[in-house]
Amino acid sequence: MINLPLLPILIPLLAGVILMFFPKRIKAQRTISIISTVATIAASAVLIAEIRQNGIQTLNLGSWPAPFGIPLVSDMLSALLVLTTGIVTLAVIWYSIYYLEDEYERYFYYIAVQFLMVGLNGAFTTGDIFNMFVFFEVFLISSYLLIVLGGKKAQLRESVKYVLINVISSALFVAAVAFLYGVVGTLNMADVSVKIAELNDPGIITVIAIFFLLVFGLKGAIFPLYFWLPGSYHAPPIPVLALFGALLTKVGVYAIMRTYTLFFYHDTGYTHMILGVLALLTIVIGSIGALAYKDVKMIIIYNIIIAVGVILYGVAVMTPDGLEGAVFYLLHDMIIKTALFLLIGIMMAIAGSSHLKSMGGMIKEYPWIGWTYFVAALSLAGIPPLSGFIGKLLIVRGGFDAGEMIGPLIILGSSLIVLYSAMKIFTNGFWGTPKEYTGAKAHLASRLWIPAAVLMVIAIAYGVGAEAVRPFITQAVEPLINPAIYIEAVLKE
Amino acid sequence: MEFLMCIIVGILFASAVYLILSKSLLRIIIGTGLLSHGAHLLLLTMSGLKTGAAPVLSDNVTSYTDPLPQALVLTAIVISFGVTAFFLVLAYRTYQELGTDNMEEMRGTESHD
Repeated sequence: MINLPLLPILIPLLAGVILMFFPKRIKAQRTISIISTVATIAASAVLIAEIRQNGIQTLNLGSWPAPFGIPLVSDMLSALLVLTTGIVTLAVIWYSIYYLEDEYERYFYYIAVQFLMVGLNGAFTTGDIFNMFVFFEVFLISSYLLIVLGGKKAQLRESVKYVLINVISSALFVAAVAFLYGVVGTLNMADVSVKIAELNDPGIITVIAIFFLLVFGLKGAIFPLYFWLPGSYHAPPIPVLALFGALLTKVGVYAIMRTYTLFFYHDTGYTHMILGVLALLTIVIGSIGALAYKDVKMIIIYNIIIAVGVILYGVAVMTPDGLEGAVFYLLHDMIIKTALFLLIGIMMAIAGSSHLKSMGGMIKEYPWIGWTYFVAALSLAGIPPLSGFIGKLLIVRGGFDAGEMIGPLIILGSSLIVLYSAMKIFTNGFWGTPKEYTGAKAHLASRLWIPAAVLMVIAIAYGVGAEAVRPFITQAVEPLINPAIYIEAVLKE
Repeated sequence: MEFLMCIIVGILFASAVYLILSKSLLRIIIGTGLLSHGAHLLLLTMSGLKTGAAPVLSDNVTSYTDPLPQALVLTAIVISFGVTAFFLVLAYRTYQELGTDNMEEMRGTESHD
């Protein structure tokens, strides 16, 4: 099956196109979205099995040979991310069926979700830096639609800023690609890596590296480019927020991971030091935000920022342990953040508000939701044997291996703050005296709980079964540590 | 020629930054338009403007202009065209709903303390 890497992009694309023909027939929209997402998950699972056996899979589109045409490159890292994207999207679609009003679903919601998946899977899979820009635009345009859908005042106000930030970062992306192309004369990512090594001109490459950090940092919300995130993510409804929080920032993180291990690994002293410092500042800022708010949405939104910092710190130290931890934590975070957003979505549906003041004593009526949230919160903070623990352990160990003290200590300290901020929701929302709840969707709580619980089961299995997952992660990290593997798989000479 | 283009790109970027920093939404959108134009010109200039014959395969011509930046810039223009159109509609809708196009009056989110 030579076309295997293309399937996770093609299936949602086809489904999105088909769905466009009958946007008003909600039942058909739901069914086809779910079928397409399940098919995508199946395709990526087959892809992972294939990569496990035969190494990195590449596909030269249009049969143009490697440095000239656009290749799709599925290494273990991108395949795992594609699989996780599928799982997250499936859970969110399942949840949306109950959560969203019919009006919402009638206006291209599922179509936008399918195209979001096209863009994300494409950005994870592509082996061409300009093609990555194109796929970035695909998921950005879907995200513009998703964030503005509903047309509430707050949504419109925040989408203007969100669109503006992303248009600027896209223009910078084009400029960064232009500089890179001007220097190395190629766009194929493997070929770029080879040419940069031949060029041996660290000065100009460092400038380009910082340019890329700016572009992807705006997407991934690192300090000081995170400023747009809390406001914009607060506006859309919970299922959209879950998609954004779990997937959109992570694609920025993935792009930094890819470019900083494949292109800019020659002169790590400067670029990776900056990346490391920014990652730590991101953690600190995220922690402050998570402590400050009493709004459940805001608390979890700031936890996204903390996680981005933790993952990027693992990338910045560039030790095998650090990178492995970063990949492990990246996958964990995608699943657990979605689960958390879905769970606080249920709390908001019950209470009819996102403020902690209007919640309390929910454990009496909804014990299952309470305990699921409790486990999710522990997992987020990294309590063993849950999934957050192994990633953080590896990242911290990687930091110590690289001879750093402050970084690992900040990460360990941030875990306590994450635990406190997540427990704040638990103690204020689930303990205490029960209140009169007026949420219109409260009767749906048990149905909404199922997709969140499924995600939690996956997250627990991911943590407890870390021993079984580890070989996959190790294989995913190999091309990051040794770019020659990636280059050889693409160029094949 | 490249030198002239570089100056034009610089002017475009500078005016884009100026416009994006203003308060009126419409000026900001024009600013993003100029910003993408600047980026596109930069992309086109970076590979050298006209270094040989047109990139069409024929005998006796050995030096061709690099066709790739032209293909890239075409893609980028189409994308930025679509996004700008969307942005204009979004701005109009926002103006209708909020009754203002002044960014100063669009700050903050309501009540979280």
